[in-house]
Amino acid sequence: MDRGLARDIGLVCLADCIVGISYGAIAVGSGFPIWAPMLLSLVVFAGASQFMFIGIVASGGNPIAAVVAGLLVNARHLPFGFAIGDVLGKSWARRLVGSHLMIDENVAFALAQRDADRRRAAYWACGIGLFVCWNAGVVVGAFAGTAITDTDAFGLDAAFPAVLLALVLPALRDKAARLPVAIGAAVALATTPFLPAGLPVLLALVGVLAGIAAKEPERETEVAR
Amino acid sequence: MEPLTLIVATVVLGAGTFAFRFAGPVLRARVTLSPRSERLMATAAVVLLAALVAITALTDGHEFAGFARPAGVLVGGVLAWRKAPFVVVVLAAGATAALLRVVGVP
Repeated sequence: MDRGLARDIGLVCLADCIVGISYGAIAVGSGFPIWAPMLLSLVVFAGASQFMFIGIVASGGNPIAAVVAGLLVNARHLPFGFAIGDVLGKSWARRLVGSHLMIDENVAFALAQRDADRRRAAYWACGIGLFVCWNAGVVVGAFAGTAITDTDAFGLDAAFPAVLLALVLPALRDKAARLPVAIGAAVALATTPFLPAGLPVLLALVGVLAGIAAKEPERETEVAR
Repeated sequence: MEPLTLIVATVVLGAGTFAFRFAGPVLRARVTLSPRSERLMATAAVVLLAALVAITALTDGHEFAGFARPAGVLVGGVLAWRKAPFVVVVLAAGATAALLRVVGVP
């Protein structure tokens, strides 16, 4: 792995560490015991679903509803796993650990690399880096309390989509990906106001179907010839 | 909430999330995929990530996120399209949103 890639991954780890601090602080601030955000971060390791979980429980929601909402937000890891499953490695240890480390950022980093070696290096470096930084941030936040709760003031809420956008853009230079992405993003945005979180992202997959449908006639004519 | 309930809920969420993550790598190892389905899976991941970009850039919960955040992401996106270094893209996106908020843009 070259220094440029290491630096890029380091930056994302730093940003996520700060979000982790705010998450730990918000969780403890809203009445959770100090170990709860840490346990969630170790066992679940998926930021959006963790925020969702503590938000629902803190507002008096029932734990089953919080778990279901969290699972819905995390369901996208299933298609992620199919897309980058071979990057993890062949041994069971690698598959087990690599699966737990699967998160938006390292999937995006892996997809953005051209050859298999770089894909593997990016996936693992980003996964391990984020796991360490996210959990360390949560511990700091849980103990330090309200040090950083408003990460929006630093623009970190804009940094996360920008990270994914920068990593996804190279794939959009391929014209075949543009229609599925445009349809998927439009469907996700249109359904976000009235569907529970997580579902709109999954519905974006209809864009992939549109991509298949668009290609199919071409194949048929090939066969006909 | 009782500590035990909290622990059980956390473990169930963790186990379910792990199952989502683990299914792909394991099932993939058992079947040989055609190059076409390989491409389709990669496209699916790109579509999901792009949808995530759209949702996290423009919305907060079920509502519009305000102007500062999408403006920051837009600046980052334009820089990325012009092939600016990743670090510049991310810092510019965050700084744009932060500065817009300083001057009172929601």
